[in-house]
Amino acid sequence: MSKANGAARPRTIIEKVWDNHVVADREGAPTLIYIDLHLVHEVTSPQAFSGLRERGLKVRRPELTVATTDHSIPTHDRSLPILDRIAAAQIDQLEKNCRDFGIKLFGPHSENQGIVHIIGPEQGFTQPGMTVVCGDSHTATHGAFGALAFGIGTSQVEHVLATQCLLQRKSQTYEVRVEGDLKNGVGAKDIILNLISRIGIGGGTGCVFEYCGSTIRSLSMEERMTICNMSIEAGARAGLVAPDEKTYEYLKGRPYAPKGAEWEKALSLWRQLPTDDGATFDKSITIDASSLEPMITFGTNPGMGISITAPVPDPATLSDPLERDSLAKALRYMDLPSGKPLLGHPVNVVFIGSCTNSRISDLRAAAGILKGRKVSPGVRVMVVPGSHIVKEQAQAEGLDRIFKDAGAEWREAGCSMCIAMNGDQLQPGEYSVSTSNRNFEGRQGKGGRTFLASPLTAAATAVTGVVTDVRTLL
Amino acid sequence: MEKFTKFTSRIAPLPIDNVDTDQIIPARFLKTISKVGLGDQLFCDWRYDEQGNPKPEFILNKPEGKAAQILLAGDNFGCGSSREHAPWALTQYGFRAVISTSFADIFRGNAVKNSVVPVEVPRDAQERLFKAVAENPEVTVTVDLAQQKLILPDGSAVEFPIDEFSKHCLLEGVDELGYILQQEDAIAAYEAKRPLTINALA
Repeated sequence: MSKANGAARPRTIIEKVWDNHVVADREGAPTLIYIDLHLVHEVTSPQAFSGLRERGLKVRRPELTVATTDHSIPTHDRSLPILDRIAAAQIDQLEKNCRDFGIKLFGPHSENQGIVHIIGPEQGFTQPGMTVVCGDSHTATHGAFGALAFGIGTSQVEHVLATQCLLQRKSQTYEVRVEGDLKNGVGAKDIILNLISRIGIGGGTGCVFEYCGSTIRSLSMEERMTICNMSIEAGARAGLVAPDEKTYEYLKGRPYAPKGAEWEKALSLWRQLPTDDGATFDKSITIDASSLEPMITFGTNPGMGISITAPVPDPATLSDPLERDSLAKALRYMDLPSGKPLLGHPVNVVFIGSCTNSRISDLRAAAGILKGRKVSPGVRVMVVPGSHIVKEQAQAEGLDRIFKDAGAEWREAGCSMCIAMNGDQLQPGEYSVSTSNRNFEGRQGKGGRTFLASPLTAAATAVTGVVTDVRTLL
Repeated sequence: MEKFTKFTSRIAPLPIDNVDTDQIIPARFLKTISKVGLGDQLFCDWRYDEQGNPKPEFILNKPEGKAAQILLAGDNFGCGSSREHAPWALTQYGFRAVISTSFADIFRGNAVKNSVVPVEVPRDAQERLFKAVAENPEVTVTVDLAQQKLILPDGSAVEFPIDEFSKHCLLEGVDELGYILQQEDAIAAYEAKRPLTINALA
């Protein structure tokens, strides 16, 4: 508002959402912006609530705050007690904090429990044009609705709890244009892994992405969420897609979405959000979707990705010594030779889940491959729905039977083996193909080695026991 | 928050690009509900072997690393997870600054709120420092936040960027929440003109 240069200047959706949330813009300080939705989970919030207690502060807007248990919660039978006492204490603490401060909690036994980035959209909390934050870097997921959504640290969780505001510097705008038709067997996960492999895991630092173009328009809301989810893996704190009819259709009728006259009013505001013709971005990149193949990562960060038929790169081809050493270190950790594709590489575990790929469409895609087939002997396959509602939906469709008949584990909702702090983890030296978002050293368990890929690639690998091009099974 | 003062220290070199926060503090240590006690787990999986014994080749287990208050790292330090446990672990170990050619956005924001200064330097200065510390592990540098200067072992100075507000908060020991709370009028005015978007308590 205060920094808008008149109504005539064409603006990107990123600037519009920002301008709508400026509370104060004082000299010598970052802009104070208002937060419409604050999502809270057990891992990054306890110290923030302690801070409130120490200062004698309340939660300013509990009606804009929603909590769930997802990171450290076990994914086995929920009627059993949590054996990890430290995790149990953390979950108890969240329950106490939500009681004490009057916050809505979807706890371990709630029928709406799930991964924070699954339940926000599922419940209709996430809406176009909002600012959404959470003490979790994958908050960018909510950008699929045209919201400016980003991860924050625990100090900022405390700031938002206390004031519903944050001090922020305006990011640069980065247009990610994806045009053309995807080939069979190639999807949203492959688009985002391709982007990250091109611009690198620091390529989006200081920026917010707007994903646009014909391919993005053709994707479902769930596929758009997969793409926005991994914006942080390219260094961008947020990534968003302008809302369209698909967005409104997805939202309409969800429990916390506007109703009746409120819906019509909201719709007229949301329709003003898309980037104006003539608006300019600080940076841009175009991806030809028709050229993409299924992607897989080979290394220890999400930027180390290749087409599934391509060879693992050779450190000797890099001229920069630090880059060369970093790639060599990654290949040592992964115990992989360079110069050969990953195809045929044996795996121990296949993980289908996480805030990237645990929605109903992800489970349907995986089930489509596993139907009538068996999991390769000796491979552990875990299917972890993103929320209890996704789980119920999958069961209503009979997907659970397909997974179980194939020999996969069908578990309760949570982050599970994406972050490996709830007991679901790789053993040292084990390999996984995982639909999650990070392949950092030890991310899925100390000494574990992760290949990131799509639900289709993961399911194909589950069947054969080795890294597989899903197109051979379609 | 304590006031951040000019200081001189030895350097712990970590010549790795893209050091992510999962390495700085692995997720299994995030079940704590406290901020304290994380220094021992800093870089846990690089620092200790399967039995929990220090790996002698890792920098923090060498005498020169133990004596350092400054970490010298590769590009894009602190990428990945938003966990503020990363700067908590760094500061509790004793680090007061990290030198790199760039920092991930969320880490940078978390660091300055915990008196860890992100010292962003050009590539040639980073290379000179890696070389200097390889030749003599006892070399020291000075972090002068007020002047936004890193004084290298040869006495030359490299300027580093930091936003005015973070610099002020660090130097004066100002806490950001206190500053935001002072803007109650602006917040209330904003809320008054903006309709309720959702009501989670409904």
